Amino acid sequence: MLNLELNEGQLLLRESVERFVEREYSFERHRASVAEDEGFSRTLWKEFAELGWLGVGLDSEFGGARDVALLMEGLGRGLVVEPFLPSIVMAAKAIAIAGGGDEGSEIIARAATGDHLLSFAFTEPRSRYRIDHVTTRATRSGGSWALNGRKSLVFNGDAADSLVVTARTSGSTREQGGLSLFLVDGEGDGVSRRAYPTNDSRRAADIDFHDAPGRLLGVAGEAHTVIAEVVDRAAAAVCAESLGLMSRLNDLTVDYSKTREQFGQPIGRFQVLQHRMVDMFVALEESRSMTTVYMGDVDATDAVERQRAVSAMKVQCDKAGRLVGQEAVQLHGGIAMTQDYEAGHHFKRLSVIHRLFGDIDWHLDRFASL
Amino acid sequence: MQMTFTDADEAFRDELRDFIERECDPGSRERMEKGLGIGKEDYVDWHRKLATKGWSCPHWPVEHGGCDWTPVRHYIFEAETGEACCPPPVPFGPEMVAPVVWTFGTREQQRQHLPPILAGDLWWAQGYSEPNSGSDLASLRTAARLDGDHYVVNGTKTWTTMAHFADWIFLLVRTSSEGKKQEGITFLLVDMTSPGITIHPIITMEGGHEVNQVVFDDVRVPAANRIGEENRGWTYAKFLLGYERFNMAGIPQAKRQMKRLRHIAGDQGIDSDPGFRARMADAEIQIMALESTMLRLLSSVAAGKDPGNEASYIKIRGTEIDQLMTELAMEAAGPYVLPYAPRALEEGWNEEPLGPDYAAPVAPDYFNTRKVTIYGGSNEIQKNIIAKHVLGL
Ligand SMILES: Cc1cc2nc3c(=O)[nH]c(=O)nc-3n(C[C@H](O)[C@H](O)[C@H](O)COP(=O)(O)OP(=O)(O)OC[C@H]3O[C@@H](n4cnc5c(N)ncnc54)[C@H](O)[C@@H]3O)c2cc1C
Ligand SMILES: Cc1cc2nc3c(=O)[nH]c(=O)nc-3n(C[C@H](O)[C@H](O)[C@H](O)COP(=O)(O)OP(=O)(O)OC[C@H]3O[C@@H](n4cnc5c(N)ncnc54)[C@H](O)[C@@H]3O)c2cc1C
Repeated sequence: MLNLELNEGQLLLRESVERFVEREYSFERHRASVAEDEGFSRTLWKEFAELGWLGVGLDSEFGGARDVALLMEGLGRGLVVEPFLPSIVMAAKAIAIAGGGDEGSEIIARAATGDHLLSFAFTEPRSRYRIDHVTTRATRSGGSWALNGRKSLVFNGDAADSLVVTARTSGSTREQGGLSLFLVDGEGDGVSRRAYPTNDSRRAADIDFHDAPGRLLGVAGEAHTVIAEVVDRAAAAVCAESLGLMSRLNDLTVDYSKTREQFGQPIGRFQVLQHRMVDMFVALEESRSMTTVYMGDVDATDAVERQRAVSAMKVQCDKAGRLVGQEAVQLHGGIAMTQDYEAGHHFKRLSVIHRLFGDIDWHLDRFASL
Repeated sequence: MQMTFTDADEAFRDELRDFIERECDPGSRERMEKGLGIGKEDYVDWHRKLATKGWSCPHWPVEHGGCDWTPVRHYIFEAETGEACCPPPVPFGPEMVAPVVWTFGTREQQRQHLPPILAGDLWWAQGYSEPNSGSDLASLRTAARLDGDHYVVNGTKTWTTMAHFADWIFLLVRTSSEGKKQEGITFLLVDMTSPGITIHPIITMEGGHEVNQVVFDDVRVPAANRIGEENRGWTYAKFLLGYERFNMAGIPQAKRQMKRLRHIAGDQGIDSDPGFRARMADAEIQIMALESTMLRLLSSVAAGKDPGNEASYIKIRGTEIDQLMTELAMEAAGPYVLPYAPRALEEGWNEEPLGPDYAAPVAPDYFNTRKVTIYGGSNEIQKNIIAKHVLGL
């Protein structure tokens, strides 16, 4: 029999993130984090560690994709900009899957205490959504590796203490074989970072490697499956984040429509708006159903099963997110166009998510070919 | 397309092309082409150049400085200036307040206001919306009380586009609270340098400053600046909204967006993707359909007929297409829309771009363009109007 219910631990995890967002992560708090030098709060990051969140997706109790999803949904609702996705869901997980030996385990442990921030550098200036489009090269000299090339759009890449970098140890630009993963010191020799804010009020960096020393994670030339799994996990995580974003937008829109009066009545009385809020509700609920049922498949050992689930969730959540985001702005009217109102920021984050880890077309194409 | 141009039309086209090449600032054109947005100077500079030729407000009546053109010639003018990426017409003065002034204003008002608009010497803003009066415009509360030969204005206008550039603003104010709410509204022309006006910027979600809140605190406005009769302002305002909606087709802009989209899709290697190709073709066909509506309108006006109901949905379709184009650009540019680089949108910026050089405006454009289905009478309101007045529901 199918069991989609959360266990006790999961209920507590969900409650802890919901409570945190409700009580501590107001829209003003979000803006304060954004205004920090690194674009997020190190203090809050330590707090996340104390709450046990930075081991989610990695440790034995909360090691699954559904656990990650619970946390991501809560963080999405609060528009939380602290770097759980790049540091934990992507980089730490990559080290865990690839196998980084003792040093790898130690880095993951320090990531989980919030002392060491990680990011995952896999996108390049021309790679678009292809993870095998890698021109960055790693060459061995003696016992060490040196990396050369450029990664772009590395989330929180400016703040990361260490970077997990995809690089080619053999093969040509779009070959799956020959890809490897390296751990690189963010402030090490030969690493130069150009950081910038992103359109969803977060930060990213383009990073150049010039003979930058790197430590090989796992087996040289065989990292493609690891990278593919990590990016799928990230895609699944942002689907969960979308649920949080959408639920907040739907609540804001419904509440606003009950209080905003035009023509002597709350605008929520206009049937044409009611139907559209119903569509928004349906879009969210259908996405929630999909992720509830298929999130578990992200942990499947069979890659095809995982890919089917991830592509289906991403297509569903991106379509729903587009509708909800656009309609939330439209139904609010001018107020949602302003930077001082929350809804526009949720809309922008959704719009960015739709451009990450494969867009609708990309996932439809993959789904059809599986 | 069956459109016949006479030799004179062809000659006009050549003259216009030549004029654009010589006179339209290449910097403005380049910014328009790249979708970077233009500033007041770009608008004003081009408007003044056109004014030297007598072409700054071609659709005005001839006696006020407009051109005695056939509809075909208007079409050529719009198509050519659009294709060449010239700055579009300044909306608020030439397209909105001017028709009100020449239709309902006194001779003195016409003499005072029309020539500076024609010449591009004064910038206007539209002061209609208020915090609690958006779609329900007629509920507006900014009050004007007659005191001798002046009105004293108190209240708050909001979403006032480019008020921070404006020399003058046209206002809807409440002069009576008796009877129907539409019947107590008066249309005033106000000098923005009048004491008691404060402008508070409103920053839109993508980070731009184009709208403002404008607060009026005991602002004295000569009664001579009233358009028409007291309490008849709603009639004039509705007349103007008709003009505003008509001007929202945005065909030249849609075509420019299409061109840019093809470029982005080509660079990203998705122009041969069957799904994306089909969506681009579909968008192009939508633009053709809207342009066909415009041509149908032109043709019936040329034949001396009243424009039919087709004019009523131009705002709806024009804005939907505008949003579609920005959305497709987001899809095409893919993950490279991420960097937020407001300085890359500024004039004179010449650092190494973050990612492809077309990327910087794509996301801000998509975000900002959500406004077009909200302003100028939201699309829901437009549909209410068509349902009531066209379909008789
Ligand atoms: C194949 C079929 C099987 C059916 N089987 C059953 C059955 O087993 N038992 C039974 O009791 N009935 C049955 N019905 C009847 C069905 O419930 C009615 O057709 C339905 O309630 C609509 O009523 P109507 O046809 O009178 O249309 P109307 O009520 O006249 O509606 C016409 C249109 O107006 C819309 N409309 C009406 N009111 C509103 C509103 N307030 N807001 C917005 N739009 C509105 C409707 O959606 C519709 O588009 C069946 C109908 C069909 C076609
Ligand atoms: C960028 C921008 C620039 C602007 N520039 C100007 C300017 O220069 N001058 C100026 O005066 N104004 C300007 N406006 C204001 C604009 O005209 C208003 O935003 C618009 O009229 C909608 O009003 P509102 O924002 O208060 O939304 P509301 O009227 O509160 O509407 C909220 C939602 O309810 C819907 N709604 C309202 N009534 C109905 C109904 N009866 N049936 C169905 N749906 C309904 C609306 O369509 C919308 O989706 C601008 C607005 C923006 C965003």
